[in-house]
Amino acid sequence: MAEGRVSIVVEHCKACGFCVEFCPTHVLELSSAFNSKGYHPPHAVHPERCSGCDLCGMYCPDFAIYATKVAPGKERDK
Amino acid sequence: MSDSLITDIVNAGVNPVDQILRTDRMPHIWCPGCCIGTTVNSFARALIDSKIDLGSLALVSGIGCTGRVAGYVKLDSFHTTHGRAIPFATGLKLANPKLNVVVYSGDGDLSAIGGNHLIHAARRNIDLKVICVNNLIYAMTGGQTAPTTPGHSITSTNPYGTFEPSFNLPHLVEAAGAVYVARWTTFHVRQLARSISEAFQKKGFSFIEVISPCPTLYQRRNKLGDGLDTMKYYKEKSKVRHGAPTGEVGLTMTGEIIVGKFVDRDRPDYQTMMRSQYCESLGEKFVEQEEMVCS
Amino acid sequence: MKADHCKADPRGVLTGTHFIDGDHACCEGALAAGARFAAGYPITPSTEVVERFASRVPTVGGTFIQMEDELAASITLQGAVWGGAKAFTVTSGPGFSLMMEHIGYAAMTETPCVFVDVQRGGPSTGLPTLPAQADMMQARWGSHGDYEIIALCPNSPQECFDLTIKAFNFAEEFRVPVMFMMDEVVGHMTEKVVIPPADQIEVFPRKHTHKSVEDYLPYGTNGGQVPEMAHAGEGYNFHVTGLTHDERGYPNMTPPVQDKLVRRLQNKIRAAADRISLFEEEQLEGADVVVVSYGITSRVAQRAIEAARKSGLRVGKLRLITAWPFPEKKIRELAAKVKSFVVPELNLGQMVREVERAAAGKARTFAVSHAGGGVHRPEDILKVIVEASRCQTA
Repeated sequence: MAEGRVSIVVEHCKACGFCVEFCPTHVLELSSAFNSKGYHPPHAVHPERCSGCDLCGMYCPDFAIYATKVAPGKERDK
Repeated sequence: MSDSLITDIVNAGVNPVDQILRTDRMPHIWCPGCCIGTTVNSFARALIDSKIDLGSLALVSGIGCTGRVAGYVKLDSFHTTHGRAIPFATGLKLANPKLNVVVYSGDGDLSAIGGNHLIHAARRNIDLKVICVNNLIYAMTGGQTAPTTPGHSITSTNPYGTFEPSFNLPHLVEAAGAVYVARWTTFHVRQLARSISEAFQKKGFSFIEVISPCPTLYQRRNKLGDGLDTMKYYKEKSKVRHGAPTGEVGLTMTGEIIVGKFVDRDRPDYQTMMRSQYCESLGEKFVEQEEMVCS
Repeated sequence: MKADHCKADPRGVLTGTHFIDGDHACCEGALAAGARFAAGYPITPSTEVVERFASRVPTVGGTFIQMEDELAASITLQGAVWGGAKAFTVTSGPGFSLMMEHIGYAAMTETPCVFVDVQRGGPSTGLPTLPAQADMMQARWGSHGDYEIIALCPNSPQECFDLTIKAFNFAEEFRVPVMFMMDEVVGHMTEKVVIPPADQIEVFPRKHTHKSVEDYLPYGTNGGQVPEMAHAGEGYNFHVTGLTHDERGYPNMTPPVQDKLVRRLQNKIRAAADRISLFEEEQLEGADVVVVSYGITSRVAQRAIEAARKSGLRVGKLRLITAWPFPEKKIRELAAKVKSFVVPELNLGQMVREVERAAAGKARTFAVSHAGGGVHRPEDILKVIVEASRCQTA
């Protein structure tokens, strides 16, 4: 599986949950934490599963999440 | 992750759609679970994938929630008056035929107050790409009945349920003369992007309807859940039927949604017809329209 | 000649002496001014303007499109302007009513364009083939909100030509919609019209920006009043909206931004009012009575003025060529010197209210109203001039 990295713009998230629901490899869950608007943004519970397909980015109505492919061996998550 | 307030960007990188967004205007005004932003992702993806010259692309919106798309895209963009995106776009295209002109607006804007312009632009076959985000309601003004609202829906102006028959937009624009007609839901993000790319390959009036939730006003009043519930409904109840007769693709409140590419045909567009008529009638006296730029 | 003017494109100029009506002369004026796009919807008594344009423009290089209604026509032309064209539309009362929203849009978005209104009797369908001058207040105030426009009133086919060019020039200079307020009689009157060679016609070019993409602010005025314009497809990626907007063109619906924007839209016209206000004056020095008129009525009034002078009355004439912005300074100055104003017009009292307002009680104001459908009888105007000359100064 190609490796990917998911990025989350926490402050733009409105917690619709699309990314969590439609991620094909179930990388995400909504966090229990709040952003400053009071929404629960997603966080990557299984970052190692991210394929970088960016379906989360395609679904996100708030342009608040996206995934990119990373070259094998590169650090996936900081 | 802890219960604390989190404010940073996790794993900052570059969102591929940022190149067509006015990122300095984010976050946008659309509600949680509204999918207008999702359609913008598909649109952006189509532009990137089809390598359209963004400098030659103009986007025209009317008024309403979807009308705000014009303000969020980093393109020459026009937020016009209610219902008049199509005639504005017509003038833009005719004055500068080199432009790729996209009309991006909502169902109420395009089919009610702008309904006359919709059918006439299709009849004339003006070379416009129309993306109609259909959330089945007037959302910006608070959830009033639209020409697209399915029967028995509760709206703020039909509190006891709608009873007017609604428009089947693909059927309407096909009858009026559109050369390309497709419908997707906001669940079909990749298919939608592909249809938008295809429409850019067509010369003439193209119409893509995107069924989209309005969780705040339509789904909530009709007890249909939130945005995510609606996306699950789209996933479950959509049937892809390319080439389906558009007369059979009308929508109901909770029934099947026929999606796909319904019409893909060719006929000369307005400017081609105009030019050939002038050439035939005027011969040598006909003068080609040069660039009108009058600076 | 001012440096910011250039010469007309000879391809649009039908140089020569013609015997044509006001509607056709208006079309020739538009072509001479560089208009290469018109969108219209048929309505009597204005249709001849676009009929001629439809016949002429494919031989000049441009587009005419007949739209499905006046709502469409009045915004299609604005799309064309942002695509780079000089554009206009032509209508009469009922169509003018439908265009009001887009006059506001043009004012708000600072889209330079011309709306020709060949006035007929109203309200509603009224008198389709008979004259009136009853759209004058609508031209000024018809769209909602605070804004300024410019309105010109020709009184002959020759002026239909000359002033249409002026209308386009004002539209470009101030980035404002200009109302060209003809009337049925002027539109259908056939007279000699002299169209000069192109190199004698001054045309105001688009205020197009020379700034780089990085430096360009679509609604930045850099201390001035009128922003520079870019066209779609040039890489500026600008945004235009009818919402209250900041210098970037971004919606910003706050009271301070509203105040700054709407005041600028007003001030850019008001500050130049003296230059925009065109009028024809005759024997104002020492006059007791001044007849203020415009359009076809000014030609009927001329007879009455001359008859009054023959009977020994001191009557001056002030013909408004520019109706809006209203030349209130001129009226104010005159009011301090004369006994009274007489204002004949083909309506039941529109511009007369402006005269009365500007006179501010310093001189009396007499209306000579007419419901439209014809023109005044000169003797009806004369009767009021006589009455006005006898009145006590206010």
